[in-house]
Amino acid sequence: MPPLTLVFEQLLNGVQFGVMLFLMAAGLTLVFGIMNFVNLAHGSFYMIGAYLTLAAVQWSGNYIAGVVLGLAGTLLVGMLVEVVALRTLYARDHLDHVLATFGLILFFNELVAIIWGRTLLDFPRPEWLRGHVEIFAGSRYPFYRAVVILVGLAVGAGLWYVVTRTRLGMLIRAGASNRTMIAALGVNVRLLYTVVFGFGCALAGLAGLMAGPIYAVLPGMGEMILIQVFVVIVIGGLGSIRGAFVGALLVGIVDTLGRAFLRPLLATMISPTAADSAGPALASMLIYLLMALVLAVRPEGLFPSRGR
Amino acid sequence: MNDMLLEVRGLSKSFGALRACDGIDFDVREGETHAVIGPNGAGKTTFISQLSGDLRPDQGSIRFAGQDVTPLRAPARAKKGFARSFQITSIYREFTALDNVALAIQAHAGHSFRFWKPARSEPALRDPARQYLDGVGLGERANALAANLSHGEQRQLEVAMALATKPRLLLLDEPVAGMGTEESQRMVTLLDSLKGRQTMILVEHDMDAVFSLADRISVLVYGRIIATGAPLDIRANTEVRQAYLGEDS
Amino acid sequence: MRAHAQLIFWAVLVAALALLPPVVGVLHEPFYVELVRRVMIFAIAAASLNLILGYGGLVSFGHAAYLGIGGYAVGILSFYGMNSGWLQWPVAIGASALVALAIGAVSIRASGMYFIMITLAFTQMLYYLGISIEEFGGDDGMRIKTRSQFSGLIDLADPVASYYLVLVLMFGTIYLVHRIARSRFGMVLRAAKSNEARSRAIGFSPYSYRLCAFTIAGALCGLAGALLANHTAYITPDFMHWTRSGEIMFMVILGGVASSAGPLLGALVLLVFETLLAGWTEHWQVILGPLLVLSVIFFRTGLAGIIPGAGDE
Repeated sequence: MPPLTLVFEQLLNGVQFGVMLFLMAAGLTLVFGIMNFVNLAHGSFYMIGAYLTLAAVQWSGNYIAGVVLGLAGTLLVGMLVEVVALRTLYARDHLDHVLATFGLILFFNELVAIIWGRTLLDFPRPEWLRGHVEIFAGSRYPFYRAVVILVGLAVGAGLWYVVTRTRLGMLIRAGASNRTMIAALGVNVRLLYTVVFGFGCALAGLAGLMAGPIYAVLPGMGEMILIQVFVVIVIGGLGSIRGAFVGALLVGIVDTLGRAFLRPLLATMISPTAADSAGPALASMLIYLLMALVLAVRPEGLFPSRGR
Repeated sequence: MNDMLLEVRGLSKSFGALRACDGIDFDVREGETHAVIGPNGAGKTTFISQLSGDLRPDQGSIRFAGQDVTPLRAPARAKKGFARSFQITSIYREFTALDNVALAIQAHAGHSFRFWKPARSEPALRDPARQYLDGVGLGERANALAANLSHGEQRQLEVAMALATKPRLLLLDEPVAGMGTEESQRMVTLLDSLKGRQTMILVEHDMDAVFSLADRISVLVYGRIIATGAPLDIRANTEVRQAYLGEDS
Repeated sequence: MRAHAQLIFWAVLVAALALLPPVVGVLHEPFYVELVRRVMIFAIAAASLNLILGYGGLVSFGHAAYLGIGGYAVGILSFYGMNSGWLQWPVAIGASALVALAIGAVSIRASGMYFIMITLAFTQMLYYLGISIEEFGGDDGMRIKTRSQFSGLIDLADPVASYYLVLVLMFGTIYLVHRIARSRFGMVLRAAKSNEARSRAIGFSPYSYRLCAFTIAGALCGLAGALLANHTAYITPDFMHWTRSGEIMFMVILGGVASSAGPLLGALVLLVFETLLAGWTEHWQVILGPLLVLSVIFFRTGLAGIIPGAGDE
């Protein structure tokens, strides 16, 4: 048995990964729920957020300023893409959404490779975010990761408040079901869509810039996480913020614990060499098997949104 | 004693707080045309969707030809002899009129796991399909794309598809809705020609059509059947007049 | 008139492809045999996807999975010294069919956006599986030392011989999909795409027909995978990379959905174009990406819709 503190630390790592998956999934599910638009290029904004912030931090020498600039930049790029390319596609079917945003992925990945190169970049965490915090006696946890968890939870709470308690949220929820109705209320639907799309991209950018110091910053980083985000959404239920939250934590924890403990766990049951090869293979498949299981029991996900 | 083709008992369906169907009892005799009328929002479409198997009831049972069909979904009920038209015309728009009917025939000609022979050159599917098209007066339009047919023709096509499955019970959801006088007259004539040979449930707003076609009428108001009877009795029923006819006619 | 144009189109296509090796042999440009062979292998993959995407309306974003399974079936059997193509290819096709059956059984119950995400996710699972198995080269993949052996009947190491084998198999696949799409089975598949509620109302359960089509498509793409492994003599998890799935999908759309010639035309244009761009700049994807976006916005007819005789019916 691994020591309990290690299990606890990995559990927190799982929550931290889950929180980032949630930021991604929330943007994706919001855009889908409102515009009925499938954005395969959502991962690109995760990547753009990381790169823009890194560049802005280096340019300004200030982490906070870099984060603000990076987020604003991602928001702008998102809105620009919506206006230039995607707006005309809302009336088309999902197949067209997928194909067009697939083209965007190729473009952005290559563009980033042209500007910053294909190699892995180092994203140093600022001085004041280094070190550890003591969660309870004898258990130290990296301060940066703890901050990521808190930021993610705060954004989640804010999102919940906006969607359920504000006029904007009311419009957002109405937009999904009744476009003409909100247009009749005098709201500029096109503008609303652009803003919501940009906002979803900024959420992805936030996840990306926080991921920078923990994982790799390289072209194509967005797609690695995007497909895991799809698993989150399939498990949680499409169009549901609550489902995205539960699904993200579930996937984050299962994936992290699987990678950390599946191999030693298998080694106690089968030969260590067999465990060495089967462990990582099984760990990498774990969340997909979880998805298959959820689908078999609840084809609409854990929290299906109404009417869809 | 049992000449009942369809027996519905205690059928209930709610959407949230709204009780769209509230303990409906309903019978259809073999060979009769039974109309269901009621004001907008009375639950007519919810009711017919449960009959066809597209919606699952919360409570109640549906017996068809003495068999409990409540748990069966739409395709299985179609195999048992249900056929329906939809309130909003539902056809294969990208196929020709003839293809549409041939598909309906194919659905009841054994399984379709046949991978090699072109279906469009099978006389066993095409010949009867032509007859059904002729039967509803669309013989001339056999090779027209269904999307290019007029609204009235599309409705006729839908009836032809339903008939081609040789149903024991035909569910018609507002067959003359949205039609001009002439088109609607043609549809009424068509349905009238089926009367007696074909058991039908007719959900309709058009009172002229209902009173000229129906053997019996049931009145659905707020998810309940408040009266069932012959057309003359329904006209005379004060409760019905208050609830429904009084406002309308 | 229409049938006449079709006949000419297909005759020209077959003749051009059949005459390519001797012509480029004279010109000493063997590279083109290689390129067109690759195009034809991808045309098989695209034709198989067209069965479910074009005719069935199932937007599978995971079709590269079967390319990988077919390829790994050849690679792994060869790794253990079993080089007979009589064994390898049926295993490639059978294994792909089985995996397609399993993935389809879970995913076809879902619709629309769900289906896209689920097929993509399962393919990514197989991709990670390929990466994590070190015995078969993991991330780097493995070389196939001996190509599939067919009792000395054909030598796949000979570029021209294997070219003609691929040619025959490709036209065979296109014809098979053409027949299936017009059979009773195909009519049910296409009808369910056109109007699912109507299909259910007349008595079809689309699920079993779709699952069957999904399995057939997987099997045919498994054949393409076996061919691709023999083409490159190398197998890596990249066969199953999600961008590969996207490419195959684009071939179908670019060529024209639900048309017999579309997958070949799409594969030809996309791969030749990619090759040209890649020869011009290392950063060709920065050009290809926006072009794909533009083609989705402005060019939805597909090539088969504009070339005389290439369309169907």
